[in-house]
Amino acid sequence: MSENFRLDKGGLINRNKKISFNFNGKKYFGYEGDTLASALIANGVHLVGRSFKYHRPRGFFGAGVDEPYAIVQMNRNNEVDPNVRATEQDLFEGLEAKSVNCWPNVDFDIGAINNFLNKFFPAGFYYKTFMWPKSFWYKVYEPIIRKAAGFGAASIKHDKERYEHKYEYCDLLITGSGPSGLASAYAAAQNGAKVILAEDKSRFGGSLLTSEVTIGNQSGQEWAEKIISELKLMPNVVVKNRSQVFGYYDHNMLVMSERISDHLPKTKKYSPKQRLWYIRAKEVIISSGSIERPLVFGNNDTPGVMLSSAAKEYLKIYGVLVGKKPLIFTNNDSGYETAIEFKKNGIDPIVLDTRKNPNSEIIKEAKDLNINIKFSYVVVAAKGYKKVKSADIAKISEDKKNISNIENIQCDCICVSGFWTPTIHLASQSGNKTKFNEKIDAFIPSQSKQKETTLGAANGIFTLEETLKTSFKKGSELSKQITKEDNKVSVPTVVEKKSSNHDKFWCVPLPEGKNYKRFLDFQNDVAVSDIQLALREGYRSIEHVKRYTTLGMATDQGKTSNLNGLQMVSDVENKVVPQVGHTTFRPPYTPVSIGAIVGREIGKHSKPTRKSPMHYWHEKNNAVFVDAGVWLRPRYYKQGNENLFEASKREAKNVRQNVGVCDVTTLGKIDIKGPDSAEFLNRVYTNAWLKLPVGKARYGVMLREDGIVMDDGTTTRISENHYHMTTTTAQAANVLSHLEYYLQLVWPELNVNVVSSTEQWAGAAIAGPNSRNLLKKLFPDLNVSNEGLPFMGYMEGNLFGVNAKIYRISFSGELAYEVNVESDHGNYMWEKIMEVGREFNIQPYGTEALSTLRIEMGHVAGSELDGRTIPYDNSLDGLVSKKKDFIGKRSLSKTAYITKDRQKVVGVIPLDKKTSIPEGSYIVKDAKAKLPNPKLGHVSASCWSVEYDNPFSLAIIKDGKNMIGQKLFAMSPLKNKIIPVEIVSSHYVDPKGERVRS
Amino acid sequence: MLHIKCPHCGLRSQNEFSYGGDATVKRPELNKEVSDQDWDNFVYLRKSPRGKHLELWQHISGCRQWIKVERDTLTHEIFKTLKANEEV
Ligand SMILES: [Zn+2]
Repeated sequence: MSENFRLDKGGLINRNKKISFNFNGKKYFGYEGDTLASALIANGVHLVGRSFKYHRPRGFFGAGVDEPYAIVQMNRNNEVDPNVRATEQDLFEGLEAKSVNCWPNVDFDIGAINNFLNKFFPAGFYYKTFMWPKSFWYKVYEPIIRKAAGFGAASIKHDKERYEHKYEYCDLLITGSGPSGLASAYAAAQNGAKVILAEDKSRFGGSLLTSEVTIGNQSGQEWAEKIISELKLMPNVVVKNRSQVFGYYDHNMLVMSERISDHLPKTKKYSPKQRLWYIRAKEVIISSGSIERPLVFGNNDTPGVMLSSAAKEYLKIYGVLVGKKPLIFTNNDSGYETAIEFKKNGIDPIVLDTRKNPNSEIIKEAKDLNINIKFSYVVVAAKGYKKVKSADIAKISEDKKNISNIENIQCDCICVSGFWTPTIHLASQSGNKTKFNEKIDAFIPSQSKQKETTLGAANGIFTLEETLKTSFKKGSELSKQITKEDNKVSVPTVVEKKSSNHDKFWCVPLPEGKNYKRFLDFQNDVAVSDIQLALREGYRSIEHVKRYTTLGMATDQGKTSNLNGLQMVSDVENKVVPQVGHTTFRPPYTPVSIGAIVGREIGKHSKPTRKSPMHYWHEKNNAVFVDAGVWLRPRYYKQGNENLFEASKREAKNVRQNVGVCDVTTLGKIDIKGPDSAEFLNRVYTNAWLKLPVGKARYGVMLREDGIVMDDGTTTRISENHYHMTTTTAQAANVLSHLEYYLQLVWPELNVNVVSSTEQWAGAAIAGPNSRNLLKKLFPDLNVSNEGLPFMGYMEGNLFGVNAKIYRISFSGELAYEVNVESDHGNYMWEKIMEVGREFNIQPYGTEALSTLRIEMGHVAGSELDGRTIPYDNSLDGLVSKKKDFIGKRSLSKTAYITKDRQKVVGVIPLDKKTSIPEGSYIVKDAKAKLPNPKLGHVSASCWSVEYDNPFSLAIIKDGKNMIGQKLFAMSPLKNKIIPVEIVSSHYVDPKGERVRS
Repeated sequence: MLHIKCPHCGLRSQNEFSYGGDATVKRPELNKEVSDQDWDNFVYLRKSPRGKHLELWQHISGCRQWIKVERDTLTHEIFKTLKANEEV
C-alpha cells in the first residue's frame, strides 16, 4: 500500500529509512522516527479499535500520552504486549499489532449492536441491569461482560523479558522536556545540581517541536536540540527519553517507568525491556505541559475527529496529513496554528470559530493566507460511521443557546480545540490543593505540599516568554539552595505570536429533534446524557458521579475528559466549576506494565533462598526439597522409586529402630549475653529460669502480651552470663525483634545483649536408640553416658579436629542429641556423622519424617502454635509458673482462657485404622447434623504412625480434656470425607517420655 | 515510601524499617496488681489519631534499634525522630 497521506517533505522522520510493519494482518510502510499512529495515518488507516461500551468505531484522537482510543495489542518477538498506545509506540521493522476490543474484527464487530441498543446501556447500567437473579451474575452476565468489555488480552505464558528496578537520588527531578523543563534543567545544571530530566516521548522538546517561535536567533526546535545536547554532556545531569514519571509518592519519592527496548524489534542482550526508577528528589519541577481540551458536539467520537494540536503534530513531526479536507473547530487561537500549517502544505482548511469577532496576530495571518474562516459557527454533528465524511455545521447565537442555519459540508477530518488543560496530575498526587483559574477555565497547582514546583503550561502559563523567564529563575533558585552555587544564566529573547482570549463555550446544543451522542469521556463512552442522568438520579458529589458513570476512570485517567465532565456537572447543577471540585488524581498517570512493577523479583527470585551448609550433600543424595520460610529443607531422601509417603515412613522407622540424622541448621539461634540474662529469660519465658545451672538446657515457651503462645524452643546456659537460645525456623526473626523490643524499650535497665547467630552454626540432630553409640564414636574423649551427658545436658567437644557443641535435646521423642559446629565445617560434620554412623544403620531423614516423629509423640509445633492458642490449649500449662511474672501472664486469667470447656490438643485415630484424616478437617459430634455443622475443633496435623502403623492426627478441640475416649467424626468438606474417629491422648507414643531420658 | 531519619544511621527508606505501633503505651510494671480494665487497655486498645502520632519503628535492616517517630498520620509528614530512651 502506498502512503497517500504522507507529505513529500518535512517532519523529523528519517526518510532514508523505510520500515515495514503489520497491522491487523496487513502490511504497511512507514519511516524511522514514526510512531505506529503516524505511520497508520500516513497510510490512511483511521479505524483502529472499537469503543469500550458501545463498540463504536474508534480512530486517533491525540498524538501522545493523552490518547484515549488507539490502544492496540502488540506482538513483539513472540511476546504479547496488550494495551499499547499507538501514539507512543515507535515504529520498528517488522512491528506487529492488532486492534483490541472488537470481535470478530475491527471492521465488523458484533458488539457494535450495543450502539443500537444504547437505551439499555445508560449510566450505571452494570449496577442496574445485572443485579438479579443473583445466580445469573456468575453464570450469564459476568462471562458475557468479560468478553465484551476490556481492552487487550494478556498472555498466560511466562513473560521472558527482563524488567529492572533502579533506586536513584537527585537534587532536582524535572518531569517533561518542553520549554519549562529545558530552561529549569539548564539553569539548575549550571549550579552543579544533580539533575534528572525525564521525557515521556522519544523526542525532547515538547511544544517547541511544533510551535512557530524564535528563541535567541534559533527556532524553538533548534534551541531545544542545543540545550539537550549540552545537558547530555554534563556529568551532573541524567537525561532520559521514553521515560514517564507516573507517580508522586510520600517524602518526594517519585516513580518513573523507562521504556528501554519497546521501540526495538528485540531487546538487546544484557539490557532490560523496561526499567522502573524509584527516585528520591530534593526538589521536583513539574514541567508536564498541558493537553488540549476537546469540544463537545454530536458524534464527536467518529474516527477523524481529533485534537487540533495532534493534527499539527502529525504534520510537523511526521509529515503526515490527518485529512485532505480538514474542518477546524475552535474556541481559541490554537486552531489557527493548525489551519495555517495545513494551508502551508497546500491543503485548504475551513475554520469554524465559536467566537464572534476575535482579533490577533495569528488570526490576521490566517486571513492573509485566505483561509476560509466562519465566526460564530459550530459543528453540530459529525457524519460518517467508520470515518468522518461530512459535518453538520450551524451558526450559533450570541448567548450560545441556539443554533440556526444548519448545513452539511464535506470534510474528512474535524480538528477540535477547546483551549488547554494544564497537566496537574503529579502536583495533585503530591498533595497540592489545586485551585481553579477562571482565566483559563482549568485547575492549576496552588500551595505546594511537598517539595514540588510547577512551571510553564502545567502551571497555566501559556506564553513562551513568561515560561522561559520563570523557569530559568526557578531552576537557578532551587539549585542554589542545594548546591550553594550561584551561576547566572541569561534568559534569551523570545519572538512569539500574541493570542486573543479564548471562548468559554465548549458544548454544542442539540438541534431540535436530534438525539446525537455527545461524548465527554472517549475511552469509557460517557456521554453528556449519562452525566445528566446521574444527576437526575440524585448523584451530587463529583466523586459519586465519576464512579456511577465511569467518567475519567479509564486507563487514560480522564486526561481529555475531566474538565468537560466537571463543566457538565457545573452547568446542570448551576454551580461554578470550583464549587464542584475535581476528583482525586491517583498514580499511575499512565498505565505501567506489571512486569516493570515486579522487576527481577519473579519465581525463585521473589524472595531470597537460604541453603544450609549441607545443602549440596542433600542434593547429591537425592533429597527432595521443600520451602520452609526462606529456607530450602530436605523433605525426604528418595531411594529408588519411593514416593513421599514410603520414603518418610522408612526414614521415621529407622529413627525409631536405629539412628537417623536431620539437618536442623534452619532453627533460629540467638546469642544472649550479659549479667542480667537469667532475669531477662525469666521474664520472657513462662517457666522459671533463675536457677538453670551452667551446662544445662531448658525447654521454654514464650507468650505475646495477649497470652497467645508466640514460640517455643530450648535455651542453654553456656556460661554464667552467656545463653544460647533456639527458636522455630518460622519465628526466628520475630523472636529477635520481640527480645530487642523489651530490652530497648521496656526494660532498658537490664544489662543484656542479643544477636542472631542462626547463620553461625550448622546443626545436625542425631536421633534414635543408637544415637549414644554413634556419639561415643564421634567424640571418643567425652563421657557421653546417661550420667556424663544427661537429658538436657550440654557439652563441648572436638569432632575430628573441629570444635563442636553437643546439646542433649530431642524433638523426635527418641534418645537424641544436637551437634552444632561453625557453619564452614557443617558439611564436614555431616559427612563424618554419615561415615561413622554407617555401622549403626544411620539414614538421613527429612522434614516429613521429622513431622511424623513429633506428631505421634504429641509434641506441638507450628500447626498447633498457630497464633490462636494459649499454653493450656497445647498442654503446655505445666510450664507456666504460678510464682513469677512474665510477658503475657496477666492475660492468662482472662475469662475466655479459663472456661471449663477450653479447647485442648488431643490425638485422633480413625476407627478403621486405615483412613488418613486430612489436615484441616473439622471434628464434629454428629456427621449428619444440619449444616453448618457445629464444630468442636480442627485437625492440626496428620501422620502415619510408624510406631503403630496406622494413621494418627493431632486436633485442638473444645473441652479436649474430657473428650478422650469419645467416638466422633472428622469431616472434610474440602475432600468430601466423613471419617469416624476416636479421641485419644495426644501423647500416642511413649507417653511417659522414658526414651529421651534413657 | 516514607523517608525516615534513624537517629543512629541517618535518612533511610521506609523498607528498612518495620512498624511498631503507638510509642506512648506504657507496659504495666511486672509483679504489680493490674485491673482487668487497665490490662485490656494496654493489650488491645490503641488510639488511631488523625494527625500527630508518636510511634515506634524498628530499623530492622539497619542498626536494629527501636526508635520513636513523630508522624502525621494524614500527611505522613515526619516532625522528629528520637532514640528509644528519648522523650518528645
Ligand atoms: Zn538505624
